[in-house]
Amino acid sequence: MNAQERILARIREALTVPAPMPGSHGHGHDQGRVEVPAPVFAFQGRPVHVARAWLPPGGTTPEEQLTRFSAASAELKTDFRCVASEAEAHQQLRGIADSEGWKRVASHHSALTDAATTALGRPTLFTDGGYVPDDLEACEAGITTCDVLVAQTGSLVVNSRTSGGRALSVLPPHHVVLARRDQLVCDLTAAFQRLEELHGRNWPSMISLVTGPSRTGDIERILVLGAHGPKKLTVLMW
Amino acid sequence: MSNAAQQFLEAAGTITRNLRHRGLIQTALRKYEVARDRKKSAFNDWSSARQSAAETKWDAINHLDTYLTEFTSKIEARGTKVHWCPTGPEARDTIRGIIRDAKAKCVVKSKAMTAEEIHLNEALEKDGFEVVESDLGEYIVQLRKEPPYHIVFPAMHLTRDEISDLFERELGSAPTREPEELTMIARRALRRKYIQADVGITGANFAIAETGMVSITENEGNARLTAALPRVMITLLGIEKVLPKMEDLALFLPLLATAGAGQTVTGYNTLYGGPRQPGESDGPVEWHVVLLDNRRTELLADPEQRDALHCIRCGACLNVCPIFRNVGGHTYGTTYSGPVGSVITPHLRGLQDWKHLSNASSLCGACTEACPVKIDLHHHLLQNRRNAVGETPSWIERLAWRAHAFAVNTPALYQFGQEVARIVEPLRQRLQGTPLDPVKTWTSTRDLPPVAPESFKEWWRNRR
Repeated sequence: MNAQERILARIREALTVPAPMPGSHGHGHDQGRVEVPAPVFAFQGRPVHVARAWLPPGGTTPEEQLTRFSAASAELKTDFRCVASEAEAHQQLRGIADSEGWKRVASHHSALTDAATTALGRPTLFTDGGYVPDDLEACEAGITTCDVLVAQTGSLVVNSRTSGGRALSVLPPHHVVLARRDQLVCDLTAAFQRLEELHGRNWPSMISLVTGPSRTGDIERILVLGAHGPKKLTVLMW
Repeated sequence: MSNAAQQFLEAAGTITRNLRHRGLIQTALRKYEVARDRKKSAFNDWSSARQSAAETKWDAINHLDTYLTEFTSKIEARGTKVHWCPTGPEARDTIRGIIRDAKAKCVVKSKAMTAEEIHLNEALEKDGFEVVESDLGEYIVQLRKEPPYHIVFPAMHLTRDEISDLFERELGSAPTREPEELTMIARRALRRKYIQADVGITGANFAIAETGMVSITENEGNARLTAALPRVMITLLGIEKVLPKMEDLALFLPLLATAGAGQTVTGYNTLYGGPRQPGESDGPVEWHVVLLDNRRTELLADPEQRDALHCIRCGACLNVCPIFRNVGGHTYGTTYSGPVGSVITPHLRGLQDWKHLSNASSLCGACTEACPVKIDLHHHLLQNRRNAVGETPSWIERLAWRAHAFAVNTPALYQFGQEVARIVEPLRQRLQGTPLDPVKTWTSTRDLPPVAPESFKEWWRNRR
């Protein structure tokens, strides 16, 4: 018997005795007689569809969702800018680049990022098809698209296939995300549904839910941004 | 008394008198409590969300064989190598073999309690590999050659001054009192390591059966970098980490972050489904997932305490535990401290050696109340006590209780005992606490009330 079979056999043997459902408070005064009560939420199918209603809300209308995303961003110290048009987004991007003095940026090819990097007009490292890590590390910003944004949590989702790989959104000190209004969804449940629609048939090797710039509280529980990942996260949405 | 129990008592005796330590822990945990309560109140219904999470985990653990098989077959289909390891040493040897085959020199690691559990770093360092912890807190305790103090906040027992001194000594940096500057020192020191490292080791928070993915929760981005730049990636996870479906994360990510750190969700929650896929620009070419049993199946075989495997390692029970708050994380001498550590350590490392942890509890139930997956922690502590006594009843104790039962069931004998007690009372009072006191260990820290001059029965008789 190999290790896999050994572990599985032990698991199956252990599971021949049923265990009580949590919340039922059967604390074993009658040893050997374990009742399995029905779940408190006798869910049909999956409990998470029920649980969704109990989580922090994400807003029902697009306006409400935008307000929530904006409020969450402010708390997370994400620089969120909702602008009127793509042209205005490019203008904002140029403004940030000038004020921070970006010499070299990194990005990947897509309709949104190509237009933005062209408008920005600075030397750009494109990560598609491979790159040298030291070169990416030397860039002042990483400009990417995203799959979906989440009003409930102020998060956005990048992946390794269509957002320029695993490192682009986390190695440069400033991560800039370009997004469209219709990419904003209510909550995490909706976000996972959107991801399933986008990638369900062929998942990228990495999908990351990014919530604010990199942070740590490891020293006296005092918040510091930019622990290992980006110190700044900017979301430009139109 | 076991060695571990002796050490626990000594360490607890010392540290509870350390006011500086106490102040530091109280401040840190008060900040946590404020943040956690604020985030809890953002939930529409926190307690129902917990119940739902508990039921999802119950489903996962009570069908563990099915979900594990589904998880591994899905993840293998995308080019990941899965290693099943029944014991800690087997997992260690597997990982050493992978690193040796990769001809690696430098290994960068993100936080993994399972790696602490199997003492991975010591083993790799003995082999001559450089292993760098990349989580800031873990990096600090690694430089101090110490185990993590807390499963979520590894360096919460240190002040900024101590960390500054440490960095000055170990890294040659200039002293500073700014947490931001200290963080940047670590950032600069570790940046090169991500790029140089040949192998990256991570832990995992959840294993999704439905899609064959591993979910890693963090705030700093160090796990993201560990999983992005090195050529070979190794992920070590306990077999109990499975969740049936990807959308279960919509519940578990906020629950973990709220209970664990007082955040809505943490900074990065990343799903990994394979090594670099065709058409992707980076990522490891090899990915090894190491599944660790290490006596988790023993816990699984105990239906009474099986729900302890529902634990998502958020640390909430540690943060609210009056014992943890007084004795601190290192006193336990275990990988997992606090209430959940006291519950599971006897299963993982032997009941008789670790039963003292279940006695070091006020049974207040704060842990059970705090647990986001509703593990019945304080009752499990009681069950451990019962099981420990049931396993090895001491003959002296058994004899003493039998004699006691006989005496209290025989009125004449009981009466006689009372008379004798009253006569020897003045002598007993004089002896109490002196070396001649036979129960000195008990009476040195407790009062023994004097024997009453008359019993209730006598008082009643005289009254009539």
